[in-house]
Amino acid sequence: MSTPAELDGLTRERVLWAYGIVLRARYLDDRRFILNRAGKLAFIISPRGHEVAQVAAITALQPGRDRFCLYYRDFAAALACGFTPEELMLSAFARAADPSSGGRQTPGNFGSRRRGIIIGSSAVGTQIPKAAGIGLALKWRAEGALCYVSFGEGATSQGDFHEGLNFAALHHCPVIFLCENNHWAISVPEARQVAGPGVAARAAAYGIPGVAVAGDDFLAVHAAVRAAAERARRGEGPTLIEARVLRLQSHSTDDDQRAYRDPAELEAEAALDPVPRMRAWLLAVGWLTEPDDARFQEEVAREVEAATVAAEAAPEPDPSTLTRHVYADG
Amino acid sequence: MADRTLVQAIRDALLEEMDRDVRVCVLGQDVGLKGGVFKATEGLQPRFGPDRVLDTPLAESSIAAVAQGLALEGYRPVAEMQFADYIFPAFNQIVNEIAKVRYRSNGDFSCPLVIRAPTGGGVRGALYHSQSVEAYFCHVPGLKVVLPSTPADAKGLLKAAIRDPDPVIFLEPKKLYRAARGPVADGEGALLPLGKAAVVKEGATVSAITYGYLRAVTQEAAVRLEAEGISVEVIDLRTLRPWDQSACLQSLEKTGRVAVIYEANRTGGFGAEVAAELAERGFAHLDAPVTRVASPDVPAMPFSAALEHAFMLNTDKVAAALRRLAEY
Ligand SMILES: Cc1ncc(C[n+]2csc(CCOP(=O)(O)OP(=O)(O)O)c2C)c(N)n1
Repeated sequence: MSTPAELDGLTRERVLWAYGIVLRARYLDDRRFILNRAGKLAFIISPRGHEVAQVAAITALQPGRDRFCLYYRDFAAALACGFTPEELMLSAFARAADPSSGGRQTPGNFGSRRRGIIIGSSAVGTQIPKAAGIGLALKWRAEGALCYVSFGEGATSQGDFHEGLNFAALHHCPVIFLCENNHWAISVPEARQVAGPGVAARAAAYGIPGVAVAGDDFLAVHAAVRAAAERARRGEGPTLIEARVLRLQSHSTDDDQRAYRDPAELEAEAALDPVPRMRAWLLAVGWLTEPDDARFQEEVAREVEAATVAAEAAPEPDPSTLTRHVYADG
Repeated sequence: MADRTLVQAIRDALLEEMDRDVRVCVLGQDVGLKGGVFKATEGLQPRFGPDRVLDTPLAESSIAAVAQGLALEGYRPVAEMQFADYIFPAFNQIVNEIAKVRYRSNGDFSCPLVIRAPTGGGVRGALYHSQSVEAYFCHVPGLKVVLPSTPADAKGLLKAAIRDPDPVIFLEPKKLYRAARGPVADGEGALLPLGKAAVVKEGATVSAITYGYLRAVTQEAAVRLEAEGISVEVIDLRTLRPWDQSACLQSLEKTGRVAVIYEANRTGGFGAEVAAELAERGFAHLDAPVTRVASPDVPAMPFSAALEHAFMLNTDKVAAALRRLAEY
C-alpha cells in the first residue's frame, strides 16, 4: 500500500480518525452478530469486508454539507457520517429512540435529516435515481454540495441504475455513484449478474468517468472519491466508482453463505480482511504504534459495550404510535 | 370567473402556483417544448424556463424518483406521467419510496409532491391509453388520490394538492380535458380542500356515488329518472383518498339505497372499498344492498368503437342500474 508521501490532503489525524470508525464498525458488528445468535436482535446486515472502502469514501466528503443516500450494508459509512455507536445499537434493537426510523425499519436503512442522510429503504436500487433528483436540486441551488449514493453490484441490474445515471449525466448533476462490488448478490455471483467488462465500464455509455478501485486500499478509494467530489463541485457532473470489496459475512443473519460458496474461497477471502490490512499499513508507515492500537481497541470495545447496554435498556416504541406519521397531520 | 376547459384549468393552476411559489416546478415527458401531449403545460416553459419546466427522458421510474429527490430538497415538484397506463414503471418509486418516506423515517422526512396523469377511457385510446388506475394508489397509506371532474374542481384541487404536505396522485379524466367546460375562479378564490365530496344534485330515493367522467353520465341518468319519479342524489367524491365518508353516510341515511358508480373494472376497484365501508357503517339504514356499477372484468378497454362502447358505462346503463336499485 501507499506511503504517507502519497497522502495528498490527508493528515495522520484524519486517517487515524477513519481507522477508529473502521474499528467501531467491526466491533459493533461482531457484537450485533452475537446478539443476533443469542436471539436478541432479529436481523442484521453486516458490512464485514466493506468497512475500509466505506469509510475511505466518506472521509473524502463533507457530512453536514453533502447528501448521502446510503444502502443497507453501509454500516461503517453511517458511522463515518456521524451516527454514534449507541444510535446504531438503538436501531439494531428497534428501540423508540432509533434516530433513523424509531424502530420502524430494519437496521441498515439509515436516515437523519439534520445530517443530510436521506432515509433509505430496503428496495434495491431505488436510491439511485432519487440521488439524481437530489443532485438536480443541489445543482440548482449551486452551493457546491453534492449527493453520494452507494449500492451493490446486484443493484446495477435494476432499471433504476440506468435511469439514475442517465439522468444525472444528462443534467451534469453533482452525484457520486459508488458501487460496493462484493461479487455476490445474496447467492448470485457477479458472473451471473453483470454482463460485459464490469460495472465501472458502464460509465462510458453515459459519457462520465468510470473508475474501478481496490476497496481495501484506503488511499485509492479516498483519492477516487475525492476526484469525483472535486469534479462534482466544479459543476462537471457525476462519476461512477466501483470499489471492489469482499463480503466476509453471509448476506444477512438470515443467510448462510457456506451453503452456496466454495469453502476454500471463503477461507482465502477471510485472510484478505481489510481491517487488519489497514492496521498493518498504518503500523508500517509509522502512523500507528502497537500500544496506541491496543489503547484504541480497548476504547472502542468499552464504547461498544456501553452502547449495547444503553440500547438494550432503552424503551421499545409505544404501540400507540403505530399509526403516526402516515400523513403530516397524524 | 373565466370560462375554461378542464385542461385549461389544470394549466391555469400550474401557472398560478408557479407564479406564487418559486419552489414549484414541473417535470415529465414532452411537458416543456411541446407543452404536454394534452397541452396541460402549454406556455409554461417559455415563462419559467427549461429547469422549472423540465423535459425528462422517457423513463417513468426516474421521473418519480427525481421528483422525490427535488421534494426532499424542499422543492414542490409536479411530475406528469404522460398517460396513467404508463405509471407502472414508477410504481415502485411511488409505493415503496414516496408514500413511505414520512412513515419510515418516523416523521423526520416528508415528500410533498404531485404526480399528475391523464386517466380513463372513451377516447378510442384502447388498452394503453384508457386505463383507470386509481385503485392501485388508493390502497397505499401515505398517498392522497384526487380525481376531479369539472374545470373548477380540477383547478381548485390541483392548487390544493401542490400546497399539500403529502404526496398526491392527481388523476385527470382525459375524456373531459376538452369536453368539460365551465366557470373557474382566479387565484386563491379557486382553492378547494382535498377530501371533500360534492353533492352535485340532491335527491331522496337513491344515492349515486361516483367520480371522474361518470359524474356527468350519472347526472344525465338522474335527470332521466327524475322524469320517472325516481329522485337520485348524485355525489362526486372528487378526492378518493381520503374520501368523504361522512358526506356519503349522510346521503345513505337519507335514501337507504346506494349505488357506487366507477369506470374501472369491477373487481377490487375503488368503488368496492366505498361499497364495503358504507355497507358496514350504514347497514341499519339500508333498504337495499349497496350496489356497484362498474366496467366488466376484462384487461382493459378495446380499440374497436363497438367494443369500447360495450366496455364503457353510459347513461342507459347507469339509469338502468339506478332504476333497479330504486325498485328493489
Ligand atoms: C428490488 C429488490 N429485489 C430484491 C430484494 C431482496 N434482496 C435484498 S439484498 C439483495 C441482494 C443485493 O445484492 P447487491 O446489490 O449486490 O448488494 P449486497 O447485498 O451484495 O451488498 C436482494 C436480492 C430487494 N431488497 N429489493
